[in-house]
Amino acid sequence: MALSSFDFEKPVVELEQKIENLQAKESTNPEVRKELEGLEEQLEETKKQIYGNLTPWQRVQLARHIARPHSLDYISLLFSDWMELHGDRTFADDPAVVCGFAHFDGAPLAVIGQQKGKDTKENLARNFAMMHPEGYRKALRIMKLADKFALPIVVLIDTPGAYPGIGAEERGQAEAIARNIKEMALLRVPIIVIIIGEGASGGALGVGLGNVVLMLENAWYCVISPEGCASILWRDRAMAPQSADALKLTARDLIELKVVDEVIPEPLGGAHRNPEEAAKNIRVALQKHLAILTKKTPKQLQADRFAKYRAMGVVIEN
Amino acid sequence: MTWFRKEQFTVLKAPQLKDRIPDGLWYKCDNCLNILYIKDFMQNLKVCPRCNFHARLNADERIAMVVDEGTFQEIDTNVLPTDSLKFVDSKPYCERLETAKQKANMTEAIKTGFAEINGYKVVIGVMDFAFIGGSMGSVVGEKVTRVFETALDKKLPVTMVCTSGGARMQEAILSLMQMAKTSIAVARLSEARLPYISVLTNPTTAGVMASFASLGDVIVAELNALIGFAGPRVIQQTINQILPKGFQRSEFVLEHGFLDIIIHRRDLKKVLTNLLSYFCLDQNTRLKGKAGKGADVIEVI
Repeated sequence: MALSSFDFEKPVVELEQKIENLQAKESTNPEVRKELEGLEEQLEETKKQIYGNLTPWQRVQLARHIARPHSLDYISLLFSDWMELHGDRTFADDPAVVCGFAHFDGAPLAVIGQQKGKDTKENLARNFAMMHPEGYRKALRIMKLADKFALPIVVLIDTPGAYPGIGAEERGQAEAIARNIKEMALLRVPIIVIIIGEGASGGALGVGLGNVVLMLENAWYCVISPEGCASILWRDRAMAPQSADALKLTARDLIELKVVDEVIPEPLGGAHRNPEEAAKNIRVALQKHLAILTKKTPKQLQADRFAKYRAMGVVIEN
Repeated sequence: MTWFRKEQFTVLKAPQLKDRIPDGLWYKCDNCLNILYIKDFMQNLKVCPRCNFHARLNADERIAMVVDEGTFQEIDTNVLPTDSLKFVDSKPYCERLETAKQKANMTEAIKTGFAEINGYKVVIGVMDFAFIGGSMGSVVGEKVTRVFETALDKKLPVTMVCTSGGARMQEAILSLMQMAKTSIAVARLSEARLPYISVLTNPTTAGVMASFASLGDVIVAELNALIGFAGPRVIQQTINQILPKGFQRSEFVLEHGFLDIIIHRRDLKKVLTNLLSYFCLDQNTRLKGKAGKGADVIEVI
């Protein structure tokens, strides 16, 4: 399948096409086979060269790839008996976020996932994973259910931001996010947050307070999108690559800043090139952290969360 | 995030007119453009007597207006900002910090401390829009958090007077994390059943509104303040429609159920005193038998 690609992937795509063309000939000619082998080697090298040295902006683009696996893809690859539950019991059901319960290695847990679409039509229905207040309230309702029945919570973050619209303001977007952060802090069960694609600002943090925060290699997480920052500080959206550099939004940067606890590796070229492998890597990380966190007492889990976020920020104290 | 957004009220300035007004005598209202005698304007707590527009107060003016004279004891003055990410946009962040310090005559966008409000002891935080749009970076987050921790430790109520364009972009993810840090601090105070009154002034938006500002037990707002999550310009660009009049103003926010009360600035101290008198009965916060009465005294700045 030909995946849509970015400019910086051009050498990879060209090689892949050449290989495909040669393979299509189904030749048994030893010379062609040799050429094929050489090209494949070259492809591996080029991939390593390009994907091993991605700029922050290139990662942002990968994180937005239309074919990138989204929450429901990972949910079906990781969990069994998934059942989605709908609605905030107050206003509406927000399709930008899926919430429900499932089994992971035979044990039940709650899952919250910000959900993008696979195409424009689905993206319109999902509002590009930009949640409304009712989405945050639905997520909180499910998380409180998990708290009530002592089940761990797994949150998959993938949003370009909380929706900035009239309805969202009328129904208290700011209040919904603030309340979620406060209430999540007080939950007595393990919360594992995994940033799988885009983690934009309060839209992400509104479901993103965790005991551990994990992040896929090419995901990004920041206070604002690179374009938003560029248009404000540089007054030019075209400066997004520069602002992506300045914002320190990649997984590796965030490990250094102690905002993220662990980077989950992606298959070479991005999760969309091999969703099963990406899911397998997530599974390993999930197993490890669940094993640690489920041993902790509710009080300890709460206290850990308090301490984790208390330490964030850099100030000078004279 | 949107701290430099244009005020809806800054309609067509007429600089040539302003130039002819001698300094220190007259003031032109940003909203109705009427020329006011500056003494009248100041005596009216920087509220336009013609159109009731609430002009911005700096932190010192606000403190003088809200707390009993001589009772403000500032804390954490030694907590200072640093450019830990070496952030450079069109200007380096460290330069922006220097400029802001000069301009606002503050070390950061908030002052915090102990104070008394008609005899009620409180821990108070007062934000100042003049310092990079009142944006919340590590220092604001830290000082706000310490306000709640100090209150928890001393068993005192908290009052926060908010004004902010949101999180400070130049501190990137660290500023986002301040939303978590401060909200958790509120949660801990709340668990200890100590009161927290949040006062929203023009403007309070984005990261600050989506964290501690929204989490007051009681939320008070000044007349016609801009209050919301996303800035009006961002919303307008997103939906490609002209926003309805009064959108995201105090009255709109109250109508939709997210504010307890809207007040004229002159009533702020009285309202705070009343609220404290309801919630602080069994705490040792009343001094000199002054409490229990709604305060009529509004000090003139």
